[in-house]
Parts: sequence; structure tokens; C-alpha cells
Amino acid sequence: MLSVLRTIWMVLLHSFRKRDTVLYPEVKPYLPPRYRGRIVLTRDPDGAERCVACNLCSVACPVDCISVIKGEDETGRWYPDTFQINFSRCIYCGFCEEACPTYAIQLTPDFEMGEFDRQKMVYEKSDLTISGVGKRPGYNYYRVAGMAVGGKDKGEAVSESEPVDIKTLLP
Amino acid sequence: MAKITIDGRQYDVDETDNVLKVALSKGFDLPYFCWHPELHSVGACRQCAVKQYKNGDDTQGQIAMACMTPASDGSLFSISDNEAAEMRAQVVEWLMINHPHDCAVCEEGGECHLQDMTLMTGHTRRRYIGPKRTHRNQNLGPFISHEMNRCIACYRCVRYYRDYADGNDLRALGSHMNVYFGRDTDGPFENEFSGNLVEVCPTGVFTDKTLGAHYIRKWDLQNAPSICTHCSLGCNTSPGSRRGELRRIQNRYHGEINHYFLCDRGRFGAGFTTRDDRPRQPLSRSANNVLEPVAKDDAIAAVRQAIASGRAIGIGSPRASIEDNYALRHLLGAEHFVNGLSAAESRASHAVRDLLADNANHIATLREVESCDAVFVIGEDVTQTAPRLALSLRQSAKTKHFELARAANIPKWHARAVHEAGQHHYNPIFEATPAATRLQDITAESTHGDAQTIAQLAFAVASRLDSQAPAPSNVDDELLKRAEIIAETLRNATKPLIVVGTGLGDSDVVTAAGNVMKALTTANDAAQIFPTLLEANSLGMSLFDAPSIDHALTQVESGDVDTLVVNQNDIFERAPTHRVDAVLKNLKNLVVLDHSLTETTARADHVLPAGSFAEADGTLINNEGRAQRFFQVFISEGPIQETWRWCADLARALGRPVRWNGMDDLITAIVDELPQFAGIQDAAPSQSFRKAGMRFPRGTHRQAARTALYAEIDVRERRPEVDADSALSFSMEGYHGSELPSELLAYAYAPGWESNQQAITRFQDEVGGHLKMGDPGVRIMTSKDNGGYTKLPQTNSDGGGWRVAPRYHIFDSESQSARAPAIAERVNGRQITVNRASADKLGVADGDSLSITIDGDALSLPVAIDDSLGDQVIGIPIGSQGVSGVHAASQVEA
Ligand code: SF4
Ligand code: SF4
Ligand code: SF4
Ligand code: SF4
Ligand code: FES
Repeated sequence: MLSVLRTIWMVLLHSFRKRDTVLYPEVKPYLPPRYRGRIVLTRDPDGAERCVACNLCSVACPVDCISVIKGEDETGRWYPDTFQINFSRCIYCGFCEEACPTYAIQLTPDFEMGEFDRQKMVYEKSDLTISGVGKRPGYNYYRVAGMAVGGKDKGEAVSESEPVDIKTLLP
Repeated sequence: MAKITIDGRQYDVDETDNVLKVALSKGFDLPYFCWHPELHSVGACRQCAVKQYKNGDDTQGQIAMACMTPASDGSLFSISDNEAAEMRAQVVEWLMINHPHDCAVCEEGGECHLQDMTLMTGHTRRRYIGPKRTHRNQNLGPFISHEMNRCIACYRCVRYYRDYADGNDLRALGSHMNVYFGRDTDGPFENEFSGNLVEVCPTGVFTDKTLGAHYIRKWDLQNAPSICTHCSLGCNTSPGSRRGELRRIQNRYHGEINHYFLCDRGRFGAGFTTRDDRPRQPLSRSANNVLEPVAKDDAIAAVRQAIASGRAIGIGSPRASIEDNYALRHLLGAEHFVNGLSAAESRASHAVRDLLADNANHIATLREVESCDAVFVIGEDVTQTAPRLALSLRQSAKTKHFELARAANIPKWHARAVHEAGQHHYNPIFEATPAATRLQDITAESTHGDAQTIAQLAFAVASRLDSQAPAPSNVDDELLKRAEIIAETLRNATKPLIVVGTGLGDSDVVTAAGNVMKALTTANDAAQIFPTLLEANSLGMSLFDAPSIDHALTQVESGDVDTLVVNQNDIFERAPTHRVDAVLKNLKNLVVLDHSLTETTARADHVLPAGSFAEADGTLINNEGRAQRFFQVFISEGPIQETWRWCADLARALGRPVRWNGMDDLITAIVDELPQFAGIQDAAPSQSFRKAGMRFPRGTHRQAARTALYAEIDVRERRPEVDADSALSFSMEGYHGSELPSELLAYAYAPGWESNQQAITRFQDEVGGHLKMGDPGVRIMTSKDNGGYTKLPQTNSDGGGWRVAPRYHIFDSESQSARAPAIAERVNGRQITVNRASADKLGVADGDSLSITIDGDALSLPVAIDDSLGDQVIGIPIGSQGVSGVHAASQVEA
């Protein structure tokens, strides 16, 4: 009996507390930068597409909602020919971001993606790509990878020696 | 048998093996790089370190390289020992010092043995921050990409390419830190088996360029167990597809056929399925005489009309399955069906069929070829017509090395020592071919001549082996001397092998081989025969007991037939062009079912798009009489379907009963009607076969993008298609263990072992042995002894005229692979060949253009001098750049 009264008392007290619920959408909540919402594809510091179409996000995704098809330019640089996310399946787990070796794919604090037509939840590369580096300034995968691509020859990556001269007899 | 102890447990093992092989066979995860079951041990990479103990009291132990340690009785090892594990982790760390940060943009990623080994040893963080050495790459042609930075200098590539495949244009160049694996200059590898480097190299240095052009990771490929359709050997392959498009061919292990290796024709020849000019819709000739797409039902109605109103004959095909051919035969009736082979090839193929029936207990498998100690190749340039056989013959020659090593007490796995013991001693290979072949570097002696000379030599050998055998008269002494030597060698061999082929289009050559076999087997029961034919199902076609394509042509010429229904065949390959031209002109209707735009397809009135091996299920019978099933890789968009489904549709339209709906009842119908095919029903489990209620997956367990793959078309996911024809599933769903019927193994993957050649270990009875659930396929040839020796054929000694020697080319002579863009890039400038004397007689010099008439067709090509050819013999290139097939015992005029 006593506990019942105590509970009612507590509930009564709560009605005078400051409210946690806000009146969304009039009031927008603060979401930290690392909140996991709408996915974007970022660019490297040189402004080029960061994604190299390695497909690691695609295979990491537990709901399999990312499809990436590799393309290759004339200099040998890999890029996504198509990049498609089916957001009607995405659970915003962020596994893709964690798997990405180039920091290309990032989740953002935007979650307002509702659509009446489910087909519109399919985002293409042009819908996903933003113009900046997102949360990861400074990193350019091709500057550390060994492949020669446009603007970076063999031996020009971070911590690389000149290509070996295989004709030399010197030790 | 020896007993060894690994990590406290005792195992029964073969003491002639090394500890690495034994440990892997027993299921241990022991990292390694430089060892390979076919290349054996060199102890170069130091990755397979284990602890070895002197005896039970030894607690200290010492580090040993498992691959260089014999599995001798009573020895004690530990793999899990801390020191050994630490050493292995360190070794990977050294190897990774210079390794580029490339996985994301490396085609090997996802099936990389180096990735697997770094994970297995636990080296997941780079500590080294100093500079990495870099290399420039080479352009290695249309097959293989090169990215030298990724090399860990395990030397597997050169050991495969130089020591195993006997190539010499891949070398280890430079020294110590600078060592480089490549060619002297840019350019494609000359060896016909270079594609295996893609799988042999444990890293992404050598990768498949044809896959790279439309790249997809291994985990995303939808695969099926398949059979290579580019020659008669029936190597097992694992084609991979994505989004209804074939992406690559990978090796599928078969313990008795191809084991770890394919030829380049098989690996890179599938591009014909993705050509833009391929018919993908039913086509009908419109009023203004062009082929135009029509609806499926209209096409069926039109073809129905053509068949019903005309007198039709069906032309089968040696490149199509038993099922496809049977369905056509069923549609038009047995008496209106021809086997689709040229008259000459048909005769020779029937001779091979009889040869196999006579020697049913002596038919070698490709794997057995490798252990034969004397070989006589009769008539066939095997590198060009049955390429994978050439690789096996090279191993048979090198069996000598193992013999000498055994005598010197060197273990068989000690690759370097075996090589040194063997030096340049080879088991004898005798060749009798029209001209020098690519095998000449290992042949003991070659005889060159036309088909008649070759047959005579073989008959002479038979008569030298057994005096009962008929001896040819008026053979010149030189030839007799050779016959004597060959006979002597074969007689003294413990396991002699006869190789014979239909490439010369000459059945006497085959019957001569039959006499040699008869003579050999009377004395030595271990003697083996290994015939080759020209196409994937040539032997199967000979079992139909149908007439050759000549019969169909004659019927049209005589006006008895006015409609041809052609199943996956190009008539222009089977008879002289002028003749086919005339026949096609006289036809009322030409119906073609094909997946390629051949000359015949282009001339058709109606084209039905037939499935290639990638879009169809079927059974092929290889050169040893082994029935093997290939399975559909993907369901194509649009109306492409199996020829046998088209034939069933047509039969229904004609109001004829059809006894089958899917593969199972089709095969039952075949076996019921044609008992010679009994056994093909066992070539693979039936459609209803399940393991624990599960089907068997075409996709890997981690196939990705399932909810996004077609999302741009429709956001709702497609249902996985249901396979009505086999026990496989068109998805990742199903049984993923290793105890599945080998016929249904679509790809090799095992936990921790993602690369094809290493993962397959988990499906083998022992590493490099047989598949543990049995090697796929069943032999269907039943033994039938035709009694005594075959009599000598009539020889025509007209002397004067020019004679023809068909010259094959691995990349040009098989019509389907030749259509693959990567393969076509490797064929350039084929020539007519003659020896110098003939050239003088013809008044031409090297490089001049020569015009000849062959079987009434004009042929004009540049001349190349080849002094290995006989006098008065003209070598004619078979293929897209010469004559399209072997038609007849050809007539030439120069
Ligand atoms: S957030 Fe999770 S569910 Fe969404 S795309 Fe990334 S991995 Fe897939
Ligand atoms: S977004 Fe990142 S993980 Fe995904 S394909 Fe591109 S580079 Fe790879
Ligand atoms: S070879 Fe293997 S480890 Fe090296 S970059 Fe390629 S995938 Fe990665
Ligand atoms: S290229 Fe490949 S196989 Fe050859 S040494 Fe380097 S890593 Fe080994
Ligand atoms: S595998 Fe044993 S040392 Fe390389």
C-alpha cells in the first residue's frame, strides 16, 4: 500500500520537472558530429573523389545495402563507376564508415530522409558525394598507396624510395 | 606409413611427405608461401616455421621449416608453440616491410594468400615506418596485369613458370633488395599456361586483366561448377559472374584432370559470352533482308512453321552438350539428325570412340599422363589442340628427375635437389607431327611428315612391338629406324603412353595408334592411351552414331531437304566455303540456335538465342570418355535459354510430346532412348539432391549488396531465382561445409583460406590429392574388344601433288575462344608454311603472299618458311585467319 502511494507521489513530482522531450521539428535537437545519420561520400584534400571502389563498405554492411561498381581511369586510378545506397534498408550502424580504408564514406548527423516513395530512398553517387573532406581532414589514400595514379608516380608516395633500377649491378 | 606427433596428437602419415603437407592435410592452419603442392619445397620464405623436438623429454625443441622437414616416423612437432608462432609473425612482418598500402585497390584483395597469412599470424599493425622500395611495372599483354610493388619474393612464379611450365620469358631479375619478377621487355608471356601465375602468385603482383576490366571481388561473384568448353580435355572451371555477366574463369580443382592448372585458352577464352554482337533476342529475317529482333512467341511460331512446312534436318554440334544435341535429334527425328562434324573429323572421332572402347581399361587420365615414363605422340600438335595435355606431358618427361632423385635418396619434395639430380635428363617423348611443335624442347625425337607418313610410322612401330601386327611395306629405311627406336623405348618403359588425336582429320592415324596399343598391351598391362579430339563434346557426338554434316549437305544438294536447323554450329567450319554457300542459297529455311554470331548465324532466316555454357546446364563427354556436368552460372535477362529448352518449346508448338521439363527428366529420356549414354545420369547429383535439406550455394557466404544490386531498377529486392535444373541455389543460401558432392563445388573458400589454390586444400583427401568426396564425372565408355589388329589402309602414293598439313594455333583454332577479345589480341598474322625446297618450287620467299586453292576455296596468305615441314607439304593455318576447320583429306593446288 505504502509503495503504491509512494509511486503516485513520485509520478506527481515528475510532472513539475523540466521536460526532456522537445517539440521536433520546431525544435531541432543537437546531434554531435559523430552521430550516425545520412551517409555521404567525401573528397580528399586535393578535391578528388576519395572512394576507390574497394567494396569493403559493401561487404561490411550487415544489410547489404551498398553496391559499388569499380571503374578505372586512364592513369590507373580506381574510382566508383556507380555507388548506390539503398537507404530504405540502411540501419545506420556505421560499419561501412569503419570499414572504409580511405575515409570516403562517412555518416553525418542528418537523419531527415523520410520519403513517401520508397524508390527515392535509393541514393546514387551524385546524391552522396559532398565537396569536402568531412570529419577526416588531411588524408589522401593514393598518397600512401603504392599504385601509380595520375599526378603520383611510383616512388612518390609517402615513405617510398625511388623505383628500383633493376639493371644496376651495385649492391 | 609413419607415425608423427603434432601438438600432442599422433597421426598416421606418409613418410615420403614433408611436415607442412602433412599438417595441412590433417587440417592444421600452418602459414606458408613458397611451398606449393605441385612445385614442392624450397624453404625460401621461412613462413612455415614449427618446433621440432628430439624426443618426448625434449622440452626446448628447435625451430624447423615444416616444408623442409621429412615426416619421419616418430618425429615430434608443435605448431602452436609460442616461439614458432612468434617466428611466423616476424616472418610476415619482414615480408610486409616493403609491401604497399594497396589492398583497397588490389585485384587480389579478398582472395589474397598474403592477406590470409598476415591474419593467420596475427600481424595486423605495421610497425615499420621507413621508406619502402618500389618497382615499375611491365605491360604483360591482354591476359595479365603486373604490379611489382606487391612482391614478397617467394619465387613461386618463376618456379611455376620456368621449372614446371618450361617457359623462359619470366625471370627473377636483379639481386637482393632489388629482385624483380618480370620479362626482359614488355609484352605478353609466351608460355601457353601463363594464366596460372594469377593463382600461383600468393600476392597481387600477377592478376587477371580480363577480370580487372570489369572487376568484382571474389566474395561477390556468383559461380557455378563448370567445364571448359574450349577443347576435349574437359578441365574443370569455376566461372564467376555478377549482374548476369560472366566476369572470369578460375581453375576448379579436379584430382584426375586439370588439378591446379588451366591453359590460357580456357582461362581467358570465355569473353565470347559477353560480346556485343552476340544474339540476345530471337531474330527473324525481315522483308528488307536483315535480321531483326522478334518476340519469343513469334519466333517460335515462325520456326514451327519453317519446320512443319519444310523437309528439315538437324545439325548437331561438338561444342554443345549431349542434352542440346539430343533435344534437336528428338525434335526432328533420329534419321533427320547429323552430328555436325565434318566428314573427316567424324571419321576420326568415330575411330577414337572405337579405340577407347577397345582399350577401356587402359585409358589414362590427364593426371596419369604425368607419371608415364615413355610417350609416343601420334599426329597431334597437342599444345595447340589440347593445350593442358602439353603441360602434363612436360611433367611426364620430368618424372625422370624424381626417379633419379629417389635413386640418390633425395626426398621427392626437395624441389631444388630433385632438379639438380635430374639435370637435363628427361623421360623420352617421341612426336610424329606434320611440323615441329612447341614440345620440341623436351622431345627425344620428332618425326615430321603428312598424315600418311605418320600413320605408317605408327603401324611400323606396332609391327616392331609385336610381329603379329601388320607391317607396312615400302616404308623408307629412315622411318623404319625411327620405328625401331620408338618400339624399343616403349617396350622397355614401365608405363608407356600413346597420345593420338583427330587434328589431322585422319582416321588411319587413329587406327594405327590402336595397333600400337594392342601390341603394347599384349606385353605390358600398364600401357596407357590418351586420345584427344578437337572440341569439348566431339567424343559425345561420335557416340550418337549419326552421319556427319556431309550427309545433310548432300541431302540439300539433292533436293531432299530444304530446311536446316543448326544447333550451335558454324557450317562454314565443316565444309568448303563454296559448297556451304551453294547449299545455303538453295535452302528455304535456315534456323540457327546459337550464342555466337558466326557466319552461319549471320546467314540464318531465324535465330534463337541459345545459352552458352554460362547460361545452360549440360553434360559433355571428354576425351577419356568421362561424362561431366556443367551448371548454369547465372540466369540471363531476356529470352536466352538452353537449346534443349528451345527444342522443347518448338516440339510443343508442333504438337509433339515432350518428355522432359528439366535436366533430370531430360537425362532420363536420353539414357532410355540411347543406352550408349548410360552413366551420364551419375555425372552429377540430381535436382532434388539436398544435404541436411539444403541446396548448394553459387554465391559465397559473404556475397554483398544484396539489397542494393538492382535498387536503381526497383528498390524492392528480387527473389533469388529457383534452379529447376540442379541442386544448386542462385544465392549464398545453402550448405557451406566441405562435405558436398565435388560436382556441386562452385568455388573454393575455407575459413582463413580465401585464395583458390590454398582453400581447395580443405576439400581434398590430402593436399594435392583427390577431392575428398570423389573427383567429378563418370567414365561411360564400355569395354569392347574388336579382336585383332586393324589391317593397313590403302596408301595412295600419287607422289606428285601438294599435300596439306593443318596447323593449329591455341588462340585461333577453337572458334569460340577465338571470339574472346583478349584471346583475339594474341593472334596476329597467321601464315601458310612450307619448307625451303617447297618455297623455291613455288617461287615464293619468306613473307611473300601465296594464293592457293584448298578444296576448291581460294586462300591467300603470307608465307613463312618452316623447314621442319616435309617436301611438298603445305601447312594451312586452321582458324579465323586461315581455313576455318578440317574438312576433308584436302586437295590443294598451289
Ligand atoms: S550504416 Fe550500416 S547499414 Fe547503413 S550502409 Fe553503412 S554499413 Fe550499411
Ligand atoms: S566508400 Fe570506402 S569502403 Fe566503400 S568502396 Fe569506397 S573506398 Fe571502399
Ligand atoms: S597482394 Fe594482398 S596484401 Fe598485398 S595489396 Fe594485394 S590484397 Fe593486399
Ligand atoms: S611475383 Fe608473386 S609469385 Fe613471384 S616472387 Fe613475387 S610474390 Fe612470389
Ligand atoms: S613454405 Fe616452408 S619455407 Fe616457404
